[in-house]
Amino acid sequence: MEAAMGLMRRIHPKQAETALSALLSLLPDHSSDLLSQIDQPLQVLCDMECGKEFLLCEYNRDGDSNRSPWSNKYHPPLEDGLCPSPELRKLEIEANDVFAIYRDQYYEGGISSVYAMEGDHGGFVACFLIKKDGSKTGHGRRGYLQEGAWDAIHVIEVGPEEEGTAHYCLTSTVMLSLTTNTETSGSGTFNLSGSIRRQMNMDLPIEEGHLCNMGRMIEEMESKLRYSLDQVYFGKTKEMVCILRPPSEVVQLRMPDS
Amino acid sequence: MADEESQELSEKQKKEIAKWFLVNSPAGEIQYVAKDIRSILKDENVYKMAVSEAFPLYNKAHLISLEMSNRSGEVLVTSFGELSDNEYLDPRTAQVAMVDHIKQTCINVRHATDEELPSVYIEEFRCALDAEVIKYVGELYPKGVCSVYCVNGKDVEGPGSNFELTVVISAARNSPQNFCNGNWRSIWNIGFKDDVQMIEVRGKIQVGAHYFEEGNVQLDTEHECMDSTIFQLPEDCAIAVANIIRHHETEYMASLEVSYAKLPDTTFKDLRRKLPVTRTLFPWHNTLQISVTRDITKELGIGK
Repeated sequence: MEAAMGLMRRIHPKQAETALSALLSLLPDHSSDLLSQIDQPLQVLCDMECGKEFLLCEYNRDGDSNRSPWSNKYHPPLEDGLCPSPELRKLEIEANDVFAIYRDQYYEGGISSVYAMEGDHGGFVACFLIKKDGSKTGHGRRGYLQEGAWDAIHVIEVGPEEEGTAHYCLTSTVMLSLTTNTETSGSGTFNLSGSIRRQMNMDLPIEEGHLCNMGRMIEEMESKLRYSLDQVYFGKTKEMVCILRPPSEVVQLRMPDS
Repeated sequence: MADEESQELSEKQKKEIAKWFLVNSPAGEIQYVAKDIRSILKDENVYKMAVSEAFPLYNKAHLISLEMSNRSGEVLVTSFGELSDNEYLDPRTAQVAMVDHIKQTCINVRHATDEELPSVYIEEFRCALDAEVIKYVGELYPKGVCSVYCVNGKDVEGPGSNFELTVVISAARNSPQNFCNGNWRSIWNIGFKDDVQMIEVRGKIQVGAHYFEEGNVQLDTEHECMDSTIFQLPEDCAIAVANIIRHHETEYMASLEVSYAKLPDTTFKDLRRKLPVTRTLFPWHNTLQISVTRDITKELGIGK
């Protein structure tokens, strides 16, 4: 398993899906570990009844069917499919509505879904998903990206309420890929792809409600991840390029007549 | 790839999968990938088959450079200089290196035979270009290795025929302790068209970088360009071609910097903004404000 995870860190993020199915066929006995530990870009299904799309993950899956957060029904239909309690379903509905607006404000498009399920030790687990196609043929508003994908998976484990506070454990994964054309004569592409996963733990008072607490944590986490990817991770790749071939200004300083 | 998880994969299928992982390793990481693959396969036969097929492909694609066993410099492993499965010509020193692909080392060096080398006429052009390219690479690539091969017409004796040279520049920087590796590969095909007294230059530049400290991020860029100049004496051709290469690669480097500079505020924005249009954090606590915002955004259309 360690070797498998090692491989996933080396293989190009855009090839993650191929790599995962390759690993599944090589290590069939480890399939549940592999599926739970290796993140994949989110898949989309359409809830025909409501005319809206929803995202798939382990938390809305039962067998080979997935539950829509809009109609609360399984696609393909399933009798007695796993559903949240009425209370949780209420939270789920509100979360989906509010999260959709959050998504519009930050992503200006894209698809989101929220799923809530009872937790193992009281409390519950909520899964917030966002998928954005930022390419100019998708929801990219400014047309910069030839290809662009952002997939965010936020899983929050909320502990049972104790003296007015609850413990929140957020595990977030962001997978992204962006491709632009080269800025100069000739033809070519510039592609940056990556995936990172982080965790955040907080104990918060529940007077403003779970949704508020979870929302704030996710917002903070997403901003941190965006910053980190942009400045740190992409920055390191840029540093590497400048090491391979230091920019001309540097060279010109040393050789004024070249 | 395989069908169901429950079915046993054939040896050939396993080998193909292992080969895929190996060939698609990032720059400088194939040995690590090989180690991981070996422990996953738990089958020395399949592993040996996979590495023997994958390593040569990877080495040639990545234009790796190996220290020659007689310490006379470095030899590039490329399809342009390949004389046989494991023999690679170094035109500069007129030697042939025998290479162990899997260990990625040079095990032996011998002198090249006359048949393996270009004619005196071609060598004049090749050598002059090589000298100019070495100067250029030495100046701009701290870890660069280069070579010039004759890929077409190596036996041409004098004026009256076309021939082609290929310039290869390869720079790699491996810093596994810093979780960062990268490489620059440029391949310039120089077509000497004697009939029209023109030189056609076609370049392909590939740059890659991989940073993987608690994450996995990769840069993958590719660029193709063309240019031309007039056919002159070998030294003048060399200077002209080297200048073309220098010009395009410098321009490309600048364009990479522009692409990076545009990232945080421009390109990235098409994926996710730093903040909403309101320039404030999302009002989670205020559902009334949320529904007002929702109505406003609907009426005005979502702004940039």
